[in-house]
Amino acid sequence: MTVKEIIAQLGLQCLNEANLDTEVSGAYASDLLSDVMGNARSGQVWITMQTHKNVSAIAALKDIPAVIIVRGGVPDDDMLEHAKEEDICILVSQDATFQVCGKLYQLLA
Amino acid sequence: MHYTFEIERGNFTDAGQASSSVKRTLKQLGVDPANIKRTVVALFEAEINAIAHAYGGTIDVDIDDSKIVMVVADKGPGIPNLDLAMQEGWSTASAKVREMGYGAGMGLPNIKKNTDELQIDTEVGVGTTVTMTVYLA
Repeated sequence: MTVKEIIAQLGLQCLNEANLDTEVSGAYASDLLSDVMGNARSGQVWITMQTHKNVSAIAALKDIPAVIIVRGGVPDDDMLEHAKEEDICILVSQDATFQVCGKLYQLLA
Repeated sequence: MHYTFEIERGNFTDAGQASSSVKRTLKQLGVDPANIKRTVVALFEAEINAIAHAYGGTIDVDIDDSKIVMVVADKGPGIPNLDLAMQEGWSTASAKVREMGYGAGMGLPNIKKNTDELQIDTEVGVGTTVTMTVYLA
Protein backbone atom coordinates (compact mmCIF):
# COMPACT_ATOMS: atom_id res chain seq x y z
CA MET A 1 0.00 0.00 0.00
CA THR A 2 1.31 3.46 -0.90
CA VAL A 3 1.45 6.59 1.25
CA LYS A 4 -1.22 8.12 -0.98
CA GLU A 5 -3.58 5.19 -0.38
CA ILE A 6 -3.03 5.40 3.39
CA ILE A 7 -3.90 9.11 3.33
CA ALA A 8 -7.17 8.31 1.52
CA GLN A 9 -8.09 5.29 3.67
CA LEU A 10 -7.42 7.01 7.00
CA GLY A 11 -8.67 10.45 5.96
CA LEU A 12 -5.39 12.12 6.92
CA GLN A 13 -4.49 15.76 6.50
CA CYS A 14 -1.29 16.14 4.48
CA LEU A 15 0.99 19.03 5.52
CA ASN A 16 3.94 18.10 3.33
CA GLU A 17 3.40 16.10 0.18
CA ALA A 18 6.32 13.74 -0.38
CA ASN A 19 6.81 10.03 -1.13
CA LEU A 20 3.13 9.73 -2.10
CA ASP A 21 3.78 6.75 -4.38
CA THR A 22 6.23 5.07 -1.98
CA GLU A 23 5.22 1.58 -0.95
CA VAL A 24 4.85 1.33 2.85
CA SER A 25 6.22 -1.84 4.46
CA GLY A 26 4.58 -1.40 7.86
CA ALA A 27 4.34 1.06 10.71
CA TYR A 28 6.04 1.85 14.02
CA ALA A 29 4.25 3.68 16.83
CA SER A 30 6.35 5.36 19.52
CA ASP A 31 6.93 8.71 21.18
CA LEU A 32 10.37 7.69 22.46
CA LEU A 33 12.90 8.84 19.90
CA SER A 34 15.63 6.35 20.82
CA ASP A 35 13.07 3.57 20.51
CA VAL A 36 12.39 4.70 16.95
CA MET A 37 16.12 5.12 16.24
CA GLY A 38 16.80 1.62 17.52
CA ASN A 39 13.79 -0.33 16.33
CA ALA A 40 11.87 1.30 13.45
CA ARG A 41 12.75 -0.05 10.00
CA SER A 42 13.17 1.84 6.77
CA GLY A 43 9.98 2.01 4.71
CA GLN A 44 7.74 2.05 7.76
CA VAL A 45 5.34 4.87 8.60
CA TRP A 46 5.99 6.43 12.02
CA ILE A 47 3.01 7.20 14.28
CA THR A 48 3.73 9.70 17.08
CA MET A 49 2.52 12.67 19.06
CA GLN A 50 5.95 14.34 19.02
CA THR A 51 5.95 17.48 16.88
CA HIS A 52 9.47 18.94 17.08
CA LYS A 53 12.25 19.15 14.52
CA ASN A 54 14.12 16.04 15.64
CA VAL A 55 11.16 13.99 14.35
CA SER A 56 11.93 14.93 10.74
CA ALA A 57 15.66 14.48 11.40
CA ILE A 58 15.13 10.93 12.66
CA ALA A 59 12.66 10.10 9.89
CA ALA A 60 15.28 11.19 7.34
CA LEU A 61 18.08 9.20 9.01
CA LYS A 62 15.92 6.06 9.20
CA ASP A 63 14.47 6.35 5.66
CA ILE A 64 10.94 6.66 7.03
CA PRO A 65 8.75 7.97 4.17
CA ALA A 66 5.90 9.41 6.25
CA VAL A 67 5.09 10.51 9.79
CA ILE A 68 1.53 10.45 11.14
CA ILE A 69 0.98 12.92 13.98
CA VAL A 70 -1.92 11.80 16.16
CA ARG A 71 -4.75 13.67 17.91
CA GLY A 72 -4.59 16.66 15.59
CA GLY A 73 -1.09 17.66 16.73
CA VAL A 74 0.51 20.65 15.04
CA PRO A 75 4.13 20.22 13.92
CA ASP A 76 6.58 23.00 14.84
CA ASP A 77 7.47 25.27 11.91
CA ASP A 78 11.07 24.03 11.84
CA MET A 79 9.91 20.40 11.84
CA LEU A 80 7.80 21.06 8.75
CA GLU A 81 10.56 23.06 7.10
CA HIS A 82 13.06 20.25 7.71
CA ALA A 83 10.56 17.69 6.39
CA LYS A 84 10.32 19.71 3.16
CA GLU A 85 14.12 19.77 2.80
CA GLU A 86 14.41 16.03 3.48
CA ASP A 87 11.28 14.93 1.56
CA ILE A 88 9.37 13.44 4.47
CA CYS A 89 5.59 13.25 4.15
CA ILE A 90 3.93 14.84 7.20
CA LEU A 91 0.40 13.67 7.95
CA VAL A 92 -2.07 14.51 10.72
CA SER A 93 -4.85 12.33 12.11
CA GLN A 94 -7.58 13.50 14.49
CA ASP A 95 -7.59 10.00 15.99
CA ALA A 96 -5.43 8.88 18.93
CA THR A 97 -2.53 6.44 18.52
CA PHE A 98 -4.66 3.38 19.31
CA GLN A 99 -7.20 4.11 16.58
CA VAL A 100 -4.54 5.01 13.99
CA CYS A 101 -2.64 1.79 14.75
CA GLY A 102 -5.80 -0.31 14.58
CA LYS A 103 -6.84 1.09 11.22
CA LEU A 104 -3.33 0.80 9.75
CA TYR A 105 -2.92 -2.72 11.08
CA GLN A 106 -6.05 -3.80 9.22
CA LEU A 107 -4.70 -2.25 6.03
CA LEU A 108 -1.10 -3.47 6.24
CA ALA A 109 -1.02 -6.73 8.19
CA MET B 1 38.43 11.32 4.91
CA HIS B 2 38.04 13.41 8.01
CA TYR B 3 35.06 15.50 9.15
CA THR B 4 34.63 17.66 12.25
CA PHE B 5 31.38 19.01 13.70
CA GLU B 6 30.70 21.21 16.72
CA ILE B 7 28.17 20.34 19.41
CA GLU B 8 26.44 23.18 21.23
CA ARG B 9 24.95 22.67 24.68
CA GLY B 10 21.18 22.19 24.63
CA ASN B 11 20.87 22.90 20.91
CA PHE B 12 18.42 20.17 19.95
CA THR B 13 17.28 22.14 16.91
CA ASP B 14 20.39 21.23 14.95
CA ALA B 15 20.63 17.68 16.30
CA GLY B 16 21.20 15.19 13.53
CA GLN B 17 23.13 17.49 11.21
CA ALA B 18 26.37 15.59 11.67
CA SER B 19 24.63 12.22 11.23
CA SER B 20 22.79 13.49 8.17
CA SER B 21 26.00 14.79 6.60
CA VAL B 22 27.87 11.53 7.32
CA LYS B 23 24.94 9.56 5.87
CA ARG B 24 25.14 11.54 2.61
CA THR B 25 28.89 10.97 2.35
CA LEU B 26 28.61 7.22 3.01
CA LYS B 27 25.86 6.94 0.40
CA GLN B 28 28.06 8.71 -2.14
CA LEU B 29 30.91 6.33 -1.30
CA GLY B 30 28.60 3.39 -2.01
CA VAL B 31 28.82 1.97 1.52
CA ASP B 32 26.45 -0.93 2.21
CA PRO B 33 23.05 0.41 3.47
CA ALA B 34 23.10 -1.82 6.58
CA ASN B 35 26.42 -0.27 7.65
CA ILE B 36 25.12 3.24 6.90
CA LYS B 37 22.12 2.57 9.14
CA ARG B 38 24.27 1.31 12.02
CA THR B 39 26.60 4.29 11.72
CA VAL B 40 23.91 6.97 11.73
CA VAL B 41 21.98 5.42 14.64
CA ALA B 42 25.15 5.34 16.78
CA LEU B 43 26.30 8.82 15.79
CA PHE B 44 22.88 10.40 16.33
CA GLU B 45 22.56 8.86 19.80
CA ALA B 46 26.05 10.03 20.81
CA GLU B 47 25.29 13.51 19.47
CA ILE B 48 22.02 13.67 21.45
CA ASN B 49 23.80 12.49 24.62
CA ALA B 50 26.34 15.30 24.31
CA ILE B 51 23.65 17.92 23.58
CA ALA B 52 21.48 16.76 26.47
CA HIS B 53 24.13 16.22 29.15
CA ALA B 54 27.31 18.13 28.32
CA TYR B 55 28.44 21.75 27.95
CA GLY B 56 29.54 21.48 24.35
CA GLY B 57 31.91 19.32 22.39
CA THR B 58 33.13 18.05 19.06
CA ILE B 59 32.45 15.17 16.71
CA ASP B 60 35.31 13.78 14.62
CA VAL B 61 34.57 11.22 11.93
CA ASP B 62 37.24 9.32 9.98
CA ILE B 63 36.24 7.16 7.04
CA ASP B 64 38.54 4.81 5.16
CA ASP B 65 38.00 1.67 3.07
CA SER B 66 37.81 -0.66 6.03
CA LYS B 67 36.14 1.30 8.83
CA ILE B 68 34.33 4.36 10.15
CA VAL B 69 35.67 5.80 13.41
CA MET B 70 33.52 8.38 15.22
CA VAL B 71 34.78 10.26 18.27
CA VAL B 72 32.30 12.37 20.23
CA ALA B 73 34.20 14.33 22.88
CA ASP B 74 32.42 16.63 25.30
CA LYS B 75 33.20 18.96 28.15
CA GLY B 76 30.65 17.99 30.74
CA PRO B 77 29.71 16.39 34.01
CA GLY B 78 31.13 12.98 33.06
CA ILE B 79 29.41 9.69 33.86
CA PRO B 80 29.79 8.72 37.55
CA ASN B 81 28.69 5.10 37.07
CA LEU B 82 29.32 3.76 33.59
CA ASP B 83 27.86 0.30 34.34
CA LEU B 84 24.53 1.90 35.28
CA ALA B 85 24.64 4.20 32.26
CA MET B 86 25.02 1.20 29.95
CA GLN B 87 21.89 -0.42 31.39
CA GLU B 88 18.80 -0.10 29.24
CA GLY B 89 16.26 2.12 31.00
CA TRP B 90 18.76 4.03 33.16
CA SER B 91 18.76 7.78 32.49
CA THR B 92 19.67 11.04 34.20
CA ALA B 93 17.96 13.23 31.57
CA SER B 94 16.07 16.35 32.64
CA ALA B 95 12.29 16.69 32.47
CA LYS B 96 12.62 18.98 29.42
CA VAL B 97 14.71 16.38 27.57
CA ARG B 98 12.22 13.64 28.49
CA GLU B 99 9.31 15.71 27.17
CA MET B 100 10.99 15.68 23.77
CA GLY B 101 10.92 11.90 23.81
CA TYR B 102 14.52 11.35 24.88
CA GLY B 103 15.80 10.11 28.24
CA ALA B 104 14.42 6.59 27.94
CA GLY B 105 17.81 5.15 28.80
CA MET B 106 18.21 3.60 25.37
CA GLY B 107 20.94 5.79 23.88
CA LEU B 108 24.11 4.02 25.02
CA PRO B 109 22.58 0.53 24.57
CA ASN B 110 21.59 1.57 21.01
CA ILE B 111 25.17 2.70 20.37
CA LYS B 112 26.58 -0.59 21.67
CA LYS B 113 24.21 -2.64 19.52
CA ASN B 114 25.05 -0.72 16.35
CA THR B 115 28.83 -0.51 16.57
CA ASP B 116 31.60 -3.11 16.40
CA GLU B 117 33.74 -1.36 18.99
CA LEU B 118 32.74 1.12 21.68
CA GLN B 119 35.08 2.82 24.07
CA ILE B 120 33.93 5.34 26.68
CA ASP B 121 36.48 7.44 28.57
CA THR B 122 34.85 9.57 31.20
CA GLU B 123 35.96 11.70 34.13
CA VAL B 124 33.49 13.27 36.53
CA GLY B 125 33.58 17.07 36.28
CA VAL B 126 35.73 17.00 33.14
CA GLY B 127 33.91 15.27 30.31
CA THR B 128 33.30 12.17 28.27
CA THR B 129 34.81 10.84 25.06
CA VAL B 130 32.87 8.18 23.19
CA THR B 131 34.80 6.35 20.45
CA MET B 132 32.70 4.22 18.10
CA THR B 133 33.98 2.02 15.30
CA VAL B 134 31.98 0.41 12.50
CA TYR B 135 33.89 -2.05 10.30
CA LEU B 136 32.99 -2.12 6.64
CA ALA B 137 33.65 -5.80 6.05
